Amino acid sequence: MNDLSMIRKNLFRRRLRAILMIVSILIAFAIYGVLASFERAFNAGQERATPDRLVVLNKINLSQPLPISYYSRVGAVDGVAQLSPISWLGGYYREPKNFISAFAVYPEDWMKLRDSDFVFSQDARTAFVRERTGALVGARMMEKWGWKVGDRIPISSSIYAQKSGARAWDFTIVGSFTPRIPQADTNIMLVGYDYFNETRSFGKDLINWLMLRTTSAAVNERVGNTIDGMFANSPYETTTDSEKAFQKSFAAQLGNVALIVELVVGAAFVTILMIVGNTMVMSVRERTREIGVLKTLGFPGGRILRMVLGESILLALIGGLPGLGVAMLLITQVRGSLMNFVPTLTLYPDIAVGAIGLMILLGIITGLLPALGAMRLTIVTALGRN
Amino acid sequence: MSSASDPMIGIFDLRKTFTKGKETITIFDGLNLAIPKADFVAVMGPSGSGKTTLLNFLGGIDRCDAGTIEIAGIRIDRLSEGQLAHWRASHVGFIFQFYNLMQMLTAAQNVELPLLLTRLGGKARRERVEAALAVVGLSDRLKHYPKEMSGGQQQRVAIARAIVSDPELLLCDEPTGDLDRRTADEILSILQLLNRDFGKTIVMVTHDPAAAQYARRVLHLDKGHFIEKELAA
Repeated sequence: MNDLSMIRKNLFRRRLRAILMIVSILIAFAIYGVLASFERAFNAGQERATPDRLVVLNKINLSQPLPISYYSRVGAVDGVAQLSPISWLGGYYREPKNFISAFAVYPEDWMKLRDSDFVFSQDARTAFVRERTGALVGARMMEKWGWKVGDRIPISSSIYAQKSGARAWDFTIVGSFTPRIPQADTNIMLVGYDYFNETRSFGKDLINWLMLRTTSAAVNERVGNTIDGMFANSPYETTTDSEKAFQKSFAAQLGNVALIVELVVGAAFVTILMIVGNTMVMSVRERTREIGVLKTLGFPGGRILRMVLGESILLALIGGLPGLGVAMLLITQVRGSLMNFVPTLTLYPDIAVGAIGLMILLGIITGLLPALGAMRLTIVTALGRN
Repeated sequence: MSSASDPMIGIFDLRKTFTKGKETITIFDGLNLAIPKADFVAVMGPSGSGKTTLLNFLGGIDRCDAGTIEIAGIRIDRLSEGQLAHWRASHVGFIFQFYNLMQMLTAAQNVELPLLLTRLGGKARRERVEAALAVVGLSDRLKHYPKEMSGGQQQRVAIARAIVSDPELLLCDEPTGDLDRRTADEILSILQLLNRDFGKTIVMVTHDPAAAQYARRVLHLDKGHFIEKELAA
């Protein structure tokens, strides 16, 4: 026998009570793991945003277009190193439920812009620039649909149709790419803007936004002001933001996820804190006499404090770790069906480590008061020996 | 080298008062006591005479207002709480009226508790536990939980726990107060054995004159002073 086995036996002396507390902690950490992972996945775009990348949008909102002529005018602004137009296809594969994140871009420009996020093979680079009807597809999307280089795939648009009346474009997959950084999502498809623009029935020479890289993050503000000033009072006024701000506003369309996470997790934690704290106080109070006996036998107050704290920390870990396991299981189950909306959804290691830290903190907070009480308890009081 | 006539317990001019509401109650006002090594003393007296308080002082679990308490040459009234805990672990064994066993631990685990405060390894601890339980006649009850044992058996486990770390002094607070006569006699015989064959100094507080008969001496506590009666061992 040792202190740990004593702690374990104390913890499970009232089995039902211990199990109920463990289940409540398990649920709390399952909620935490899932919501924190969702929050992280929603904000993954912000995390991978590089400080020298800017996005030029229509000042009204994201859904309003900009003319393609802005590409050359913005490109001429002092401080702009690289840029590409981007158009949203609203694509799907065979059926509308098979949503595809597809964008029409200038192939060479876009690949240079995203070199810091993705790894493009030389063959893929060359083929994507060369083939007008070519599509460059991310590794995750290739895997999801079982595609391979050389496949011809019909991509329809929920927004556009072809001039011929056909709703689908046949693209040939000319290459794939993999992530260079963990946050980079490869569940996307790129097609050539020129081909898409020439064949669509409306919206000709319009784009959704421009993405650019400046020569240095230090000139971002000046470049943004110059661009927005250049198009002020025109039919297509612009607003230029950092990529991070752009991703954040994009994520904000899905609601303030961070706030929801904080509120739900906070409410769950406070509730559990009170339940576990109260139960620990009761549990230690029930053992007043035993604590007195231990002290009589010569157990010092500090050791008794450690044993009570150890019990509450062990309780939090026994409940919390399986809770994280449940979170991981849930995330794995829903990841497939939510891939298009939260492609980087996973239980990140740092979330798991943070959760373990929270478990220990929960154990300390709930156990500290009863532990201090047990440490300070005098033998005479504990044994009622007056 | 020590002998049975060496003092084990020496109390000099012990003073203690309690405050109850607005009233101050004097328990001891200059109490003196000397108990030699390997003695077996029964302390009797009316309720509220301070028997348990005296036992608390001897065990270092309560503080006196003034006076000195020396046990086996150590002035325990001068020790800090931490030092007292350490001292209790190696010098004193306690036996309570209601056994005070940990219900979630087996008999062997209860007896092992004081040894967790030592540097002994698992094997050595096991050997000591088995030896202590053999002394009280419970070698076949190692893995039994307190609720699976009778009161007498539980008190034997408590005695084994008190002697497992081989202390010189055993302090017993009404050790047979919760037992029938026959079981009480068995327990008292074990205490007598520990005193006679193992040389333990025993101080036993009791209300039971029959129990006091097992001691070498009976001290009657009355109004803060002892009245001694010699008994045949």
